[in-house]
Amino acid sequence: MPLITEITIFVLAAFVGFEVISKVPTTLHTPLMSQTNAIHGIVLLGGLIVVGLSNFWLDNLIGTIAIFFGTINIVGGFMVTDRMLGMFVRKPKKEEPAEKPDAGDGDAGAE
Amino acid sequence: MTAPLLAALDPQSAFVQACYIVAFSLFILGIRRGTHPTTAKQGNLIAATGMVIAVATTLALKGIGNWGLIAIGMGGGAIVGVVASRRVQMTAMPQMVALYNGVGGGAVALIAWGEFRHFLALGEAIPLDTFVPILFSMVLGSVSFWGSNIAFGKLQGLIPGQPVKVPGQQVLNGLLLVGIVTVCIVLGFDHDSGPSQGLFIAVLIAAALLGNLFVLPIGGADMPVVISLLNAFTGLSAAAAGIELDNTALIVAGTLVGSSGTILTLAMATAMNRSVPNILFAGFGALPTGAAEAEERPVTSIGAQDAAIKLAYADSVVIVPGYGMAVAQAQHAVKEMANELEKRGVDVAYAIHPVAGRMPGHMNVLLAEADVPYEELKEMDDINPEMPHTDVAVVIGANDVTNPAAKDDPNSPIAGMPIIEVDEAQQVIVIKRSLSPGFAGIDNDLFYNEKTSMLFSDAKQAAADIAAEIENL
Repeated sequence: MPLITEITIFVLAAFVGFEVISKVPTTLHTPLMSQTNAIHGIVLLGGLIVVGLSNFWLDNLIGTIAIFFGTINIVGGFMVTDRMLGMFVRKPKKEEPAEKPDAGDGDAGAE
Repeated sequence: MTAPLLAALDPQSAFVQACYIVAFSLFILGIRRGTHPTTAKQGNLIAATGMVIAVATTLALKGIGNWGLIAIGMGGGAIVGVVASRRVQMTAMPQMVALYNGVGGGAVALIAWGEFRHFLALGEAIPLDTFVPILFSMVLGSVSFWGSNIAFGKLQGLIPGQPVKVPGQQVLNGLLLVGIVTVCIVLGFDHDSGPSQGLFIAVLIAAALLGNLFVLPIGGADMPVVISLLNAFTGLSAAAAGIELDNTALIVAGTLVGSSGTILTLAMATAMNRSVPNILFAGFGALPTGAAEAEERPVTSIGAQDAAIKLAYADSVVIVPGYGMAVAQAQHAVKEMANELEKRGVDVAYAIHPVAGRMPGHMNVLLAEADVPYEELKEMDDINPEMPHTDVAVVIGANDVTNPAAKDDPNSPIAGMPIIEVDEAQQVIVIKRSLSPGFAGIDNDLFYNEKTSMLFSDAKQAAADIAAEIENL
């Protein structure tokens, strides 16, 4: 792809990003950050391509670590965002103190 | 190395490109849905769907092989990701995000190195429009990997949160940066005649060093800015990786993250009334400002019972949480206290300063965890006009963001910083363990105000005690 096309995409995406993200309220800035973090994990694609092209141990190692890092980024990022946003969703039954709000990890991934 | 696939796709084919377009469109839609608390969860799923499409498409590309290694990398990463995201406590979210950010940056740097080695192995000239993005993403990725790890260490308490200063640090960092740029230019000139891998690795290491040195001198309370900035760095490095790999999904996704990080960085800096360079280079918390004047001034100290009476007979109460609430894990106890007050017909709201906590929006997440409805979370600009009509303001674990010196004392290090104007409220209760100064290292005049009562206790204990006392009234 010609460099100029790629730079065009980059500039347009920057404008879209600024427009969309400016509308995110401060209340949601932490989930926004962890969600964009997860999106950034798309570098995994690069890792897949490096490993795909490699046939030498060092390249294999580099690529596999990149895949490992990218996957942590994606899986962890989206899941933790989901967990956080789940807390912002209004609970339908508000008068039900059955779930003792215990600050431990017991309430993790409450789906 | 063959790729025995059902349908190995040509990377340049229209179908593959279309899949990537769908993927990045879903990212944008997902973020757009994130503008409201009720739709954000759905937005996150939409973005995750986009990611599944992007990854699946790439796995089906012609030439992708080494399935064993891919399985190890993805399997291992998925396990770590799932476990970490389920285990982490909401109070630890800043370090979690720092860590995720770091691994993302690390991946980018490694990919750049891998691409570089790929071209060396082919023995071909590296086109400059590929080599420049390779160098850029390698440097930025490495800086953000190491910088994020230091930020993680500081937030997790593995490294002292106070600024670590080395003499001549600015000069050293500046020299490192100049060195990195110079060697990159040298490498660039050699792009068609086999650039030296040794030099490339040297730059990788220098960038790692720069990442460490650049975050080490920054103190804990400035972490919201650092995390946002590193977020922007990793985003931009991913966009550069997209250019080097000719992958539109990567370019768009990286740019979105870069925009987000930039917006948050500027928002945090505005909320502190400091410029980004000042935050990064000034080593703010190390200043011994004001600590010298240890004059004894009288404070009014009260117990949980008196505090409960003040609160229970108020019409309106504003709670101002800070990092101390997170440290004490007090969010649930605070919510219990608010529940007791609401039962008695008291109007309760929460005033959130943009830089309260250790990352943007940190307090909001903690209070959401404790089931506080987001409508009760008020931003600084919305709550300040309400303060004069507020009967009692309760400051829990916040300090500098309530210090009236920011308004009144032009010589204060925090002069001009927007604050939550609790001193305008009719009465103030400050829950704090001691009179020790906050991160800025300056005394808080609020504590000595005649309207203020100090409740010296751990935030969680105090909130629980007050809730119990209100119930017994």
